[in-house]
Amino acid sequence: MAKEPKKIKRPRGTARLIPGKCIACGARCQAECKFDAITMNEKGEPIIDLEKCTRCQRCIKVCPVEAIEIYYTPEEQKILDELAKQKAAKPKPEPEEEKEDPRLAKLKEYKGVWVFTEHTEGKPAEVSWELLGVGADLAKARNVELCSIVIGEKVEHLCAEAFAYGASKAYLVDDPVFHYYRTESYYRAFCYLIEKYKPEIVLIGATGLGRDLAGAIATSLQTGLTADCTGLSIDDKGFLLQTRPAFGGNIMATILTEFTRPQMSTVRPHVMPLPAKDASRKGTIIREKVPLKEEDIAAKVLEIIGDEKLDSVDVAAADIIVSGGRGMCNTENYKILQELADELGGVVACSRAAVEAGWMPLERQVGQTGKTVRPKIYFAVGISGAIQHLVGMQDSDTIIAINRDKQAPIFEVATFGIVGDLFKVIPAITNYVRERRKQKVGKAG
Amino acid sequence: MLIVACVKQVPDTTQVKVDPETGTLIREGVPFIMNPYDTHALEESLRLKDKYGFRVAVISMGPPNAEVTLRKTLALGADEAILLSDRVFGGADTLATSMVLTGAIKKLAEKEELGIVMCGRQTIDGDTAQVGPGIATRLGCSQLTLVDRIEEVDIKAKTIKVRRKLEGRHEVVSAPLPAMIAVLREINSPRYPSVPMRLEAEDTSIVLWDNKVMQMDEATIGLQGSATQVRKIFSPERAKGEILGGEADKPEDSAKLLITRMIEKDLLSL
Repeated sequence: MAKEPKKIKRPRGTARLIPGKCIACGARCQAECKFDAITMNEKGEPIIDLEKCTRCQRCIKVCPVEAIEIYYTPEEQKILDELAKQKAAKPKPEPEEEKEDPRLAKLKEYKGVWVFTEHTEGKPAEVSWELLGVGADLAKARNVELCSIVIGEKVEHLCAEAFAYGASKAYLVDDPVFHYYRTESYYRAFCYLIEKYKPEIVLIGATGLGRDLAGAIATSLQTGLTADCTGLSIDDKGFLLQTRPAFGGNIMATILTEFTRPQMSTVRPHVMPLPAKDASRKGTIIREKVPLKEEDIAAKVLEIIGDEKLDSVDVAAADIIVSGGRGMCNTENYKILQELADELGGVVACSRAAVEAGWMPLERQVGQTGKTVRPKIYFAVGISGAIQHLVGMQDSDTIIAINRDKQAPIFEVATFGIVGDLFKVIPAITNYVRERRKQKVGKAG
Repeated sequence: MLIVACVKQVPDTTQVKVDPETGTLIREGVPFIMNPYDTHALEESLRLKDKYGFRVAVISMGPPNAEVTLRKTLALGADEAILLSDRVFGGADTLATSMVLTGAIKKLAEKEELGIVMCGRQTIDGDTAQVGPGIATRLGCSQLTLVDRIEEVDIKAKTIKVRRKLEGRHEVVSAPLPAMIAVLREINSPRYPSVPMRLEAEDTSIVLWDNKVMQMDEATIGLQGSATQVRKIFSPERAKGEILGGEADKPEDSAKLLITRMIEKDLLSL
């Protein structure tokens, strides 16, 4: 009797963790598992209970680093290949049309890119203009307007400046209640505008003030906020892709706000380039009255204390920075960096190690806990290049690393590197610059 | 009156390294510590306890092993430590995190009048500085970030006066209690635990609040309650540069080559 060919059972495989890939992101896989099959170990990595696991693969989809896979033994793989062959022989079913998530439909009414104009009693923070630069790219990709949000007292002049940097519209809220920045008055005014005009993207500078404001707005509107973005772009579905350093800058993460609007990001000063200013550009000012009175705001600014400028050098604004780290050994040795900086018209900065050793003031520190800089030329002298330092300076146009240790990570971001004793190399550079200058004067004379 | 200090146990990110071959994180041997910013928030809470007689409760959301960090806060002088831990809290972004923390604060405030929620400026693993403002907004209380000095607390009038450090200046602000205060590291130097306190903390049990206790709507917390989604994580790309001089070369030659190369590339004009 002819037996019907036995139906081959599809092998289930085994869900498993790929060694070394898990970053302990915070138990996303466990939260996503509907079958209680995942427990976390002491290191924050998943342990998968194969008895409970249904191979639904939800954990695999949610893992941001592709650390979980379905593993098939060679025998199982053989069966799979066989099944694939059988399937290939059969005619292919029409591919189902991809259905749009119903949650996305209501987001379509949100349009436009907004940039917050940060200022101190009318004096603008440059990061606001930097954000108009990247904002213009996003607005173009989405084919929407680029708008500037100006809130304050007697701040209409900021609208004209926003237009010069690329905004085509400015929403202006001008009232004495906004004289000083206070979280409550500013976030309420900002939320009022967002609810009325529904922008899809809101960009705010990641300054002390900006972070204070952005956190309150996003929570109030129950929307996504991504801090300290270093890259912003639009994907093929129109979502804002927000890239930021994670784990102290050791890795990068790309983050989306899929189901709520606006998509909000903060960006640190000097991360985005300043766009060209064109004073002839004009835009439309939309004046708004926000129903807020002084009595409504409980916090009062009692006193402003100007920081006495012990150190008037702003490293973040310099075109050329000569920065010294642990390799400088003491305060005295920074003189040789100052000489080179003076010769090139630059300023001296430092790494965290130098501040912690007490050699340099905190105001001069470059890095994650210090300032972010993007000068034309950055000399990293005796700086090994810990990731905390790199995130603060890696966008510099040209990086020159001088270090004794040729394995130092700073050489991985450097445009030019010199392996050697900084106490010999730096004076040699300074001398050579001087020599060249003299020759030139000699020739000219 | 109650102070709730929020702390997080984090991997010491300064010790995390990246494998240059595979680009993956090397987490082996990286210790878990109390977020350094939060040690200052706890210290400030304890100082206010000493000065004004507040009771200090510490809360932390995290995996079961975050108990280690909470035990440290007891050894330093906190009156109570509560671990907020449940698999449904996992995978949370800052929005979903502030939701759970606020839920716990509200629960504590049912039994005792809330004065201050004390947070560190930011964490060293997330670096967002968003959870403090998130809590303040959800509680609808005063939000005072970047605080580098607490000038005074008026318990009777229920007001607080603090100094905030802004770019290039300081400001002194007064606000009503309850207030969420996010402190800078400059505000104080944290104390060390005494031996008897440490021993006592070893015997004190850490209170665990899971979602059976908290009763939070699962759609608002954890991965589900997060408004942001991580699409991918990758190693930063780095362009290889050019080494112009080694240990064996004369410094003068290396210097000359560097300046010549910079002039060629139009980076310098001499």
